[in-house]
Amino acid sequence: MPGKLKAKIVAGRHLPVMDRASDLTDAFVEVKFGNTTFKTDVFPKSLNPQWNSEWFKFEVDDEDLQDEPLQITVLDHDTYSANDAIGKVYIDIDPLLCTEAASVISGWFPIYDTIHGIRGEINVLVKVELFNDLNRFRQSSCGVKFFCTTSIPRGYRAAMVHGFVEELVVNEDPEYQWIDRIRTPRASNEARQRLISLMSGELQRKIGLKVLEMGGNAVVGYLQCFDLEGESGLVVRAIGTACTLEKHSSGSLVNTHTHPNTAPASNACNSPSKDGKEPVFGEDLPSSSGPPTPFRNLPTSSSSPPPFSPCKPCSRQSSSSDTDLSLTPKTGMGSGGSAGKEAGPLKTLLRQQTQTALEQREFPFFTLTSFPPSFLVHVGGVVSARSVKLLDRIHNPDEPETRDAWWEELRQEIKSHAKALGCHAVVGYSENTSICEEVCILSASGTAAILNPRYMREGCLDIGSTDQRFDDPSPPSCGFCHIPYDELNMPFPAQLTYCYNCRRQKVPDVLFTTINLPAEAAVTGKGCLIQARLCRLKKKAQGEVNATAISNLLPFMEYELHTQLMNKLKLRSMNALFGLHIQISVGENMLLGLASATGVYLTALPAPGGIQIAGKASGDLNNEQHVQSIQKRINDTIAKNKELYQINPPKLFALDPEVFCSTNLELTEEGVGSPIPEPRHRSRLFRSHSESSDEVSELDLSHGKKDAFVLEIDDTDAVEDIHSLLTDASPPTGFYTCNTETMPGIYNWTTAVQMFTSVRVLRLSNANLSNQSLNKIFTDLCENLLKSFYFKLRSNIPCCLCHLNFTVAVPEEELIQVSVTAVAMTFDKDQNQEGFITKGGNETEEQLQFPLELCADSSSTNAQPSSKFSGVPENTIVSSRAASVDYGSFADRCSTWLELLRLKANTIRRGSVKTSRRTQSLAHSVSSLEHCSPLTEGRPRSLRSSRSFGGSSVTMVKMTPLSFLPGTRIIKFLGIINMFFIRETTSLREEGGVSGFLHTFIAEVFAMVRAHVAALGGNAVVSYSMKDCVLMENPNKNQAQCLINVSGDAVICVRETDQEPMTSMTNIGQTCAADGAT
Amino acid sequence: MAVELDVFVGNTTIMDEEVYQLWLDGYTVNDAVKVRMAGGVLDECEANQDVLLSDTMDQYRTFQMCERLLQSPAKLANQLLFQIPPHRQTMLIERYYAFDDVFVREVLGKKLSKGTKKDLDDISAKTGVTLKSCRRQFDNFKRVFKVVEELKGPLVENIRQHFLLSDKLARDYAAIVFFANNRFETGKKKLQYLTFQDFAFCAGQLINNWTVGAVDNMVEDMDVDLDKEFLQELKELKILITDKDLLDQHKSLVCTALRGKTKAFAEMEANFKNLSRGLVNIATKLTNTKDVRDFFIDLVEKFIEPCRSDRWTPADIKLYLTHYTNSAHILDSFKHQAVWDRYMGVIKSCIYKMYHD
Repeated sequence: MPGKLKAKIVAGRHLPVMDRASDLTDAFVEVKFGNTTFKTDVFPKSLNPQWNSEWFKFEVDDEDLQDEPLQITVLDHDTYSANDAIGKVYIDIDPLLCTEAASVISGWFPIYDTIHGIRGEINVLVKVELFNDLNRFRQSSCGVKFFCTTSIPRGYRAAMVHGFVEELVVNEDPEYQWIDRIRTPRASNEARQRLISLMSGELQRKIGLKVLEMGGNAVVGYLQCFDLEGESGLVVRAIGTACTLEKHSSGSLVNTHTHPNTAPASNACNSPSKDGKEPVFGEDLPSSSGPPTPFRNLPTSSSSPPPFSPCKPCSRQSSSSDTDLSLTPKTGMGSGGSAGKEAGPLKTLLRQQTQTALEQREFPFFTLTSFPPSFLVHVGGVVSARSVKLLDRIHNPDEPETRDAWWEELRQEIKSHAKALGCHAVVGYSENTSICEEVCILSASGTAAILNPRYMREGCLDIGSTDQRFDDPSPPSCGFCHIPYDELNMPFPAQLTYCYNCRRQKVPDVLFTTINLPAEAAVTGKGCLIQARLCRLKKKAQGEVNATAISNLLPFMEYELHTQLMNKLKLRSMNALFGLHIQISVGENMLLGLASATGVYLTALPAPGGIQIAGKASGDLNNEQHVQSIQKRINDTIAKNKELYQINPPKLFALDPEVFCSTNLELTEEGVGSPIPEPRHRSRLFRSHSESSDEVSELDLSHGKKDAFVLEIDDTDAVEDIHSLLTDASPPTGFYTCNTETMPGIYNWTTAVQMFTSVRVLRLSNANLSNQSLNKIFTDLCENLLKSFYFKLRSNIPCCLCHLNFTVAVPEEELIQVSVTAVAMTFDKDQNQEGFITKGGNETEEQLQFPLELCADSSSTNAQPSSKFSGVPENTIVSSRAASVDYGSFADRCSTWLELLRLKANTIRRGSVKTSRRTQSLAHSVSSLEHCSPLTEGRPRSLRSSRSFGGSSVTMVKMTPLSFLPGTRIIKFLGIINMFFIRETTSLREEGGVSGFLHTFIAEVFAMVRAHVAALGGNAVVSYSMKDCVLMENPNKNQAQCLINVSGDAVICVRETDQEPMTSMTNIGQTCAADGAT
Repeated sequence: MAVELDVFVGNTTIMDEEVYQLWLDGYTVNDAVKVRMAGGVLDECEANQDVLLSDTMDQYRTFQMCERLLQSPAKLANQLLFQIPPHRQTMLIERYYAFDDVFVREVLGKKLSKGTKKDLDDISAKTGVTLKSCRRQFDNFKRVFKVVEELKGPLVENIRQHFLLSDKLARDYAAIVFFANNRFETGKKKLQYLTFQDFAFCAGQLINNWTVGAVDNMVEDMDVDLDKEFLQELKELKILITDKDLLDQHKSLVCTALRGKTKAFAEMEANFKNLSRGLVNIATKLTNTKDVRDFFIDLVEKFIEPCRSDRWTPADIKLYLTHYTNSAHILDSFKHQAVWDRYMGVIKSCIYKMYHD
């Protein structure tokens, strides 16, 4: 009996009138937990009752505490007939189970009814007393912290990253039970809400158990989803990344007391590679800075690392690459504070070695999208897998094997894709489904990567354990771009060049990833949202036939989406995509594909070639003119985009004498900056494998040639493609867009944030639409949504729409639904100089020191500029590097994606896309350099402080899909918010039609999230997301139903300059609550 | 192909003041879009008509959802559905309760009943204020009236606290409530030249000086009704015109004081008895509810019109009324100084305010 839950009902306000005769209400409250129910007295004839009840005490197992929500029902007492329910409040008490999170829940909660929406508010106090449970076989996992944030939460440091955790639970959907025919919609909705609440509690508990087993204490990047499979049941599944997190304060304690090398840590803090925006990582992960930091040269006698490591992330053949992460033996550095945890991971490791391949933990997957510096060594490219399944009824909810097996299959595929890319891990991993009737598309995607094994070992972040053999010898600003696979054995044909940043290793021409742009990455100019949109009609069918038809269509869709992305990327003169998310949604008669990503120009990667239009073979004059005009338009657009996104990559530099001297030898024979020659030559290319000086035997003199895409206009499809390329409007002046956390090149955010959700549903009235016209409709729908955002948010200019998350669905045969959640973040127009010094300055310096025409692929020469960059005497660094460099087979690469697709698809559409080479003159690049224009961002804007909300009686709660709030510091994570609501109406017209209905519902969901956060003592939600928004309507019957699932992390944040929490705000809220209570 | 559903919801509720005003003014969505387009808002953000329509619909929906809260403004501050910064809340309330002077002029002094509500179409047609806006304004008057009617304490303060209005707006509402309660006649042709602000000023004067609350603010419903005792006492002033000696004495005192100070002296002297009779008669008849209603029309007919036909300047009016009031104090046999001051103080400032073209 390890827990006591106490609840007190204080008061209500703004209750609805339940008695028409008196215009008043006789309200009382039922408080229910598990099977125990308490009641308050009836407070007669009031719309603002003051119950001031006693403390209701529930003595319960902690298992139940985790699974069950506290259920509060407000009713109207009726002497003669049954009492009428006014509404309910479900309170998730999980945040109270964790000592570090909230200690009390106290505040006003909206009373929610699934038919009437919010009906007044109720003031509740909830506390939990937990007793220590020493039972080893316990089923609960109290105390494991959950974070939706897909990075190491600010204020914490990762002592160890254990890896992937997943779980799913299934049940029958109450909506489809026989009893639903005789009960009211309200009862059915409530049964569903309650079931899902229970299921997600159970899911969280089970995942927590897995984490404890692994020796971790937290789950980051926790991603929970619902699959409403209709007749066949209800699936709640979740994935996440198990970690051992340490609080900042305690973390630094460990550092100072157990390791003698604290001093260099502080040096590392000053390393110029640190990004000003990320003070947390900068200050608290001292050992994680890139290799050229000074502390490497210090004697590390007391804590010197073992001279070897069994993990060779670089070897592409390493069949055990996926287990490397966890098999890496402990270095023995985990002394001090972390010593106690040693047993856990060891045990886990042992078990892992023996367990079958079906054991989930074998998946080296990480749901994280942002990483501490140096965590990410190389990035291979996007890996994704999809499968189409036919749903069958889940017979035994306790044994959800089928669903498990499905995902298992998919994950195996992902793993093998990653391996093919020479990568041992997948980061930015996510899973989702799309269901239509009995067909279900399961999708998984992530980014193949090589990670720094230090993070997988205990005590890994402590300085002493710096394992030089494993340190990536590349500067952090470009290292992740270097190909992880062997270029002799590339998984697909690709064009490689020497890195434009460090000149030492190969980089691909294009890089696609699902992660956020690493903070330390060198980027030229700004980025922008790039979307590929696609509709494909399919015949209506049933069962197997339908599933087969869909799976036949999928590869084509993926291929076309990829082509669109590639073209749009080139049109913007960019060379990398981050945060790539591809969603394929299935409807009865069509498939919708939407790929969103943020395009940037990575300085390390070659400049993209242009897009060349080729006409038909026939010498039709008209046609040629047409081609020319299109070509001109495309060229103009590219030029315009370069200017718009300030893409002016440095091309030529005055010779730096020092660099010149040290590189002159190689200079003569090295055609630097040249792309790797044609594939047929490639096999003859000699690859240096390490330490000593590099020889490059084969020269490529096709200097300056660039890869250009050729679009052949040979059919209507191609015309359509080109058309869609050019119809994408760029955001108006003052706006930037991205679907990642932040936009490169923008640093001085103000505290003004505006999170919003927008939903649009289009009805296709025309029954006989072609693919083309559908595509047009779909593209317009997305573009118009963006235009609407720009207009609505025009008062926030200059601003960036961050984390633009588009979700598409086909709710009914002729409906297309697009839902977007994003945040508009305002920044100061005047980019202050500091911003550039912290980051931009760094880049330019590097660029200057790695002149395009001078660098050689020699480790000794490379060492010099990089050492300058870090401000450390050259000779020392060179020597240390000479011993440690082992990047020979760290062949890098990226976007393999295209080729993987090709393998899967076996077909290439109409062959109108080719790659070819085009000469780009040097003169051209010089002129583009001259384009370097001062920043021009939008119009001046009056600064509005978003925090001028002094005397409000309701705590302002900010919400953002990002992991941080600009200008503030998170001082406490209060727990995860994971809420599921159903709303139904039988008076659709009276509520303003579907728009009115959904508008109200979304506003209500926001209100309930804010109320819960405020009751936990918080003032913001970070990593907020709306996972599901399922709308069903029947205007003829005047009915509609909607389900919404939202999640996020409740936090307390303070202004960066303040030490104290925003007490003014929270206090006001609390006093008012107290006032109302008395 | 049609947009079936289109919503945009911000965590902080986004409200455009311009659209809010259009909504308050009773424009339909389509008309509002036209007005906004004419206003050039499209140039701001490369938007098109569809964008504008979608935005306008969103905002209209938000306002409609808010309207229930705006009707009891205290709820707006502690409701949870919309996150609206306090300064925006203030703006929303203030604008919601704002009214058109042309409209209020039409209903001022009328009973705020269903009957009047039925006439709103005519008023709308006459004033050019949309029917929707007329209804909102009328309902606001009625709502404020209903709430304040049953409250103790100062009228303006009650309105301000219950409806969170600015001082200025609260005073205007107090005037409206006061006029509606006493059913002052304001619609006669002769009164058409008077603006709402003229009446509001007069109402303020009456509330501050002639109600029960003006002397004792602990009494119930004091600010809305005139002080009956005072009205009774006003009858005593009749002596100023019925006693011939007193009338002559009063005249000579005033004339002595005025002589040489104004060009209109001759007219003043000639009209003194008429004007004095007019003012005192108004005072003595105020015990009749019917005569209270005609208070303003009487002031115009008995005093303002004669003066205007004699081309008195406003300065003349002030001068005349000042001496007229003060001279009564010197009259030995006149014992009702306090009542006289309470009466004339209000009359003087009302006439001065009302004396314009």
